[in-house]
Amino acid sequence: MLRFGIAVAFATSGAACGGGNNQASQEGGEAPAVLITVDGSSTVFPIAEAVAEEFGKANPNVRTPTVGISGTGGGFQKFCSGEIDISNASRPIRPSEIEACRKAGVEYIEVPVAYDGLAVVVNPKNSWATTVTVAELKRLWSPEAQGKVMRWNQVRPSWPNRDIRLFGAGVDSGTYDYFTEATVGKEGASRGDFTSSEDDNVIVQGVASDELALGFLPLAYVEANRGRLTLVPVEDGKADNGEGPILPSAETVRNGTYQPLSRPLFVYVSRKAADRPEIQRFVEMFFSRTDLVKEVGYIELTPQIYELARVHFAARKVGTAFGEGGSQVGMTLETLLARER
Amino acid sequence: MNATARRRALDLLFQLLAMLILCLALGSLAALVATVWSDGADRLSWDFLTGFPSRRAEDAGIWHALAGSMFVILTTGGLAVPIGVASAIYLEEYGTRSLSARIIEFNITNLAAVPSIIYGLLGLWLFVRVMAMGRSVLAGASTLALLVLPVVILSTREALRAVPSSIRESSYALGATKWQTVWHQVLPVALPGILTGVILALSRAIGETAPLISIGALTFVAFAPDSLWSPFTVLPIQIFNWVSRPQLAFQANAAAAILVLLALLLTMNAAAIWLRDRYQKKLV
Repeated sequence: MLRFGIAVAFATSGAACGGGNNQASQEGGEAPAVLITVDGSSTVFPIAEAVAEEFGKANPNVRTPTVGISGTGGGFQKFCSGEIDISNASRPIRPSEIEACRKAGVEYIEVPVAYDGLAVVVNPKNSWATTVTVAELKRLWSPEAQGKVMRWNQVRPSWPNRDIRLFGAGVDSGTYDYFTEATVGKEGASRGDFTSSEDDNVIVQGVASDELALGFLPLAYVEANRGRLTLVPVEDGKADNGEGPILPSAETVRNGTYQPLSRPLFVYVSRKAADRPEIQRFVEMFFSRTDLVKEVGYIELTPQIYELARVHFAARKVGTAFGEGGSQVGMTLETLLARER
Repeated sequence: MNATARRRALDLLFQLLAMLILCLALGSLAALVATVWSDGADRLSWDFLTGFPSRRAEDAGIWHALAGSMFVILTTGGLAVPIGVASAIYLEEYGTRSLSARIIEFNITNLAAVPSIIYGLLGLWLFVRVMAMGRSVLAGASTLALLVLPVVILSTREALRAVPSSIRESSYALGATKWQTVWHQVLPVALPGILTGVILALSRAIGETAPLISIGALTFVAFAPDSLWSPFTVLPIQIFNWVSRPQLAFQANAAAAILVLLALLLTMNAAAIWLRDRYQKKLV
């Protein structure tokens, strides 16, 4: 017993001493500065992970960047308190977050990295829902619909008089925020009586196994589950960005006709960190390795936008192109970035 | 005669019921292992165990997470066991009658039921920010140590309470001091029980995800942690991340990682049982 106790005591104190020394050496040298820390949106994560992986391979003498998933809001919280170098965001920075960064003296460079589309999906056996309008989505998903709009023919009279079962992203996700803002008109406002899950595969399962289901999902999940889900073209009722119902695809997302359910994804780079050469090389890979975006299931921006973003980053242009108003549904990136110059 | 037959029938019925419940518990475990095995066994290989994360499912490995899990759990044990056992000794052997000890006891019992995410938020504020540990192995282990401390304290107290008072009394009768009695007589007898409690506590800690995510444990770390100040990830976080990927190949990776986590857990439990049996034979 005694020997065992002493062994445990030694092991613990040994570990504690080791830690102490390490901290001292890290504080003395510049060791921790080499590590690039990225955190934020789980939607942007696959892109940041892929770029970090390739960066690690290309730069064996720099530690591979670390990427966390604390959500867009959680990422900005850490970013604005100076804990991380780069924040992944599935929406533009919000006024409250701009304020938090300003208070802490953290300046940021906004870098668009990809498009993400949200798809409205139904079961392959569903023969009636061949199109849907944004107004219908609003009628179906708004908070007032709870307990009232329960049948397909309440959404559109020509649809059958059968139950409708709804599936959607969890209420803490950026996907949910964006879908509600684009359809209902108010971020985070929707009916509560739908099957929600933070795990999008649950939504895939749900819609794929229920003839009467309707759900929304990131486009990447539809790609990976071809044949199990049917995409529904969305009509936004505006003629100037493509007439009629538009089917989501890389093409329609990129040319701005699949509206309002497509959005740009960003990384926000700390102005201070942007002076470090390894960060510059890392951010450069977001522009040069755009093939990675496609590989992980997202949609590449146009070459012009990447070029504009590269110019902005090189000039250390701080601030957001979205003004103080947060995200703007239906505005193309090109317009915004060009307006900024 | 009739009464006897009825008693026997009841006895048999109860036995059957107990067997049924046991089968239900073991059956669900077997079903879980079987489905996970069929999904993930193909992915298990040396490359998988020693590899690093990747966006390509077939290139991805888990060494970073496996090493992270082991490092964090060892550190958690190193922090929680001495503090927990010492607290239990104080509460059980020294402070049983004082009011403050009773207040502390009441609070510990309550703390054992607090959801783990709350510990994560506490850890984020206390260890990561105030004590400036950053998102390090030490911060993660400290948070998990807080989480398991109540379990360690409560089970150690149970073990100490189970030591027959005759042992304490004979020690005092021979002129031993209180400390000598605790260290040489009570602790050795209680050790098997303490070890069981510790292993249960650490088994809980190794499967925790929520508190580590909230203190900012990472998801993509392409290196194994090499010091207490190193950033880290753990197996449950890696599994969670793979499960939520759209590509089916990542589901197989997740299943394989679950198998590795199960194996790690079984190894830990086996080690504890071995230690317990060893000391039981030697000392009682």
